[in-house]
Amino acid sequence: MSVLVGKETRVIVQGITGQAGAFHTEKMLEYGTAVVGGVTPGKAGGAVHGVPVFNTVAESVAATKANATVIFVPAKFAYSAVNEAIDAKLPLIVVITEGIPTLDMVRIKRRLGGTSIRLIGPNCPGLITPGACKLGIMPGYIHQPGSIAVLSRSGTLTYDAVYQLTQAGFGQSTCIGIGGDPVIGSGFVDLLPLFERDAQTEAIVLIGEIGGTEEEEAAAYIKAHVKKPVFAFVAGRMAPKEKRMGHAGAIIAGGKGTADEKFAALRAAGVTIIESPAAIGRTVAAVLRGGAEHAKLASGSRRRTPS
Amino acid sequence: MKLHEYQAKQLFDQAGIPVPFGVVARTPEEAARCYDTVKQQCRGGEGFICNVKAQLHAGGRGKVGGVVAVRSAAETAKAAAGLLGRRLVTKQTGPDGLPVSSVLIDERSTLARELYVALTIDRFQAQPMILASAKGGMDIEEVAATEPGAIVREAVDLEHGVSDEACARVAKLFELNAAQAATCTQTLRAMWELFRSKDCTLIEINPLGIITDGRMLAVDAKVTLDANALFRHPELAAMRDESQEHPLELKASKIGISYVGLEGNIGCLVNGAGLAMATNDIIKLCGGSPANFLDVGGGANVEQVTNAFSIILADARVKAVLVNIFGGIMRCDWIAEGLLKATAQLEVKLPIIVRLQGTNVEEGRRLLAGAKQLNLISVDELEAAARQVVELAR
Repeated sequence: MSVLVGKETRVIVQGITGQAGAFHTEKMLEYGTAVVGGVTPGKAGGAVHGVPVFNTVAESVAATKANATVIFVPAKFAYSAVNEAIDAKLPLIVVITEGIPTLDMVRIKRRLGGTSIRLIGPNCPGLITPGACKLGIMPGYIHQPGSIAVLSRSGTLTYDAVYQLTQAGFGQSTCIGIGGDPVIGSGFVDLLPLFERDAQTEAIVLIGEIGGTEEEEAAAYIKAHVKKPVFAFVAGRMAPKEKRMGHAGAIIAGGKGTADEKFAALRAAGVTIIESPAAIGRTVAAVLRGGAEHAKLASGSRRRTPS
Repeated sequence: MKLHEYQAKQLFDQAGIPVPFGVVARTPEEAARCYDTVKQQCRGGEGFICNVKAQLHAGGRGKVGGVVAVRSAAETAKAAAGLLGRRLVTKQTGPDGLPVSSVLIDERSTLARELYVALTIDRFQAQPMILASAKGGMDIEEVAATEPGAIVREAVDLEHGVSDEACARVAKLFELNAAQAATCTQTLRAMWELFRSKDCTLIEINPLGIITDGRMLAVDAKVTLDANALFRHPELAAMRDESQEHPLELKASKIGISYVGLEGNIGCLVNGAGLAMATNDIIKLCGGSPANFLDVGGGANVEQVTNAFSIILADARVKAVLVNIFGGIMRCDWIAEGLLKATAQLEVKLPIIVRLQGTNVEEGRRLLAGAKQLNLISVDELEAAARQVVELAR
């Protein structure tokens, strides 16, 4: 079992003939992902790394029975690309594209309301079930199949976290980068239930960032509904107010969304706080291997250690 | 992208949000003529009172002399001369302040009441949201902190706009009479139309004034545009005032590097925004202070690394640099080569701690170790790297 993607996932790539689309199509194929088609308007009949190209999402889905799409098209055209994927009723849409206007995302979210379509991103690395399916741009080799879920707002920081986990001997069930934009398809709260239900997942690592209320909402959800151990790091403790720190989402507005507030909310929900970005692997190892004895040391951890 | 008050008010005026009559000036002489124009337009008599308001991308100017009341063209010229060309330091600008290159001259109204209204996106709900409070004029963040109940939130539907019910509730909160309520509804709907059609991320009116004759006016105006949507609004993109941006941040943004100046002395060069913030955090945890946030982007090729170094080193306070790169698709050996070339080309003398992790890391570290650049030190672990750079910057 895994979350959202696995061996059965059949992927189309929207924007497959672009530089990023073509490059990552090759990387996904190398990882063993079933990339069954690509879409670029006006380029039907061609192929990219052996993957057939279609003019429209509808045509590609009809021909390939795809059940997921990953979108690389430029920000200006991303809105219509996502809408095309929604029209084709693809159950999983992953948007890698950076720089999509916020109101476009608000419109997309409104359209998705009431459907069962799952949208991940935008401005995200995608998601991966190690050993089975990579739907995105993360370096595949740092991952290892296992039982830790990673849910993150970041890109390279997530890779670092995954690398630390793998080095510490902890493989991953599914890792999802939810994206760094103000409005995203799926937040922590939308995805946590999937991992709580997932039999393969034994513990969850959350990587948050300053800005917004994603982590505070997650804390409330965890407190009420999550029994599995949860670990969390929040980046941006040092960040000044009202400054945009690279990600459009990483801005503290009016003292709201500071790292300290987020840590406090998560700690109060029984989440094990990871103080340093270098301590992600070793904190997970200490708590999960050390059992009850270590639970006292790890601040705020009141959860059982899975057997 | 932030707009000046005068630009925001131009948009308000076009959208049908009532604003005081005002004109912008860039010289004292022009300001004096503007006074006469405003006086004439408002049918003012002798001693007619105007405001001369410094235009800068930060609030808090009222408390530091950035708004001056004047009663004649001569006084206007004098007030404008005192503001134009100055850097104004407010609690929102940082110690260097921001330059004032224009002033807005508008009618000074006597306010009976000061209200607050704003429109923004509620990120978690993914919905446009009106924020309203009867406690306008003051720092709304203080109100939010001390009296959260004093702020009312009304969701706006993308398709249907601001509902009659929402308008009625805001009017009730503001305790408005029928005529004022009609203006308030018009203002709320015009705000939404402006927000939607121009891709704003924030429209704030603070204060929304009720003047003594009963009229309602947007006395101040703050508009922030979605930088990602400027491609469909070239006329708004042209309103950008680069003089209001930090010179290094501006230079960086033009070459695809995200840079934010901080107060410390440790330069940081990182790929990825989250990792860059985490790098700042770990320096602080190790007792040091970062000089900057810098996200060099996903590519991190020689050119970008060279660009990034030149930006970091333009800050004279920097005593040591921490490079923290997670090589994914971009291999660590390529990054190491890039670092060696960039630092040699720029003749960097400062100590540079390099922490590489990820694809081909062994080869990358071997390249750094084999190089003749003694100031370039490769450290495997992030925490050790942070400790060492903090030590070197002391």
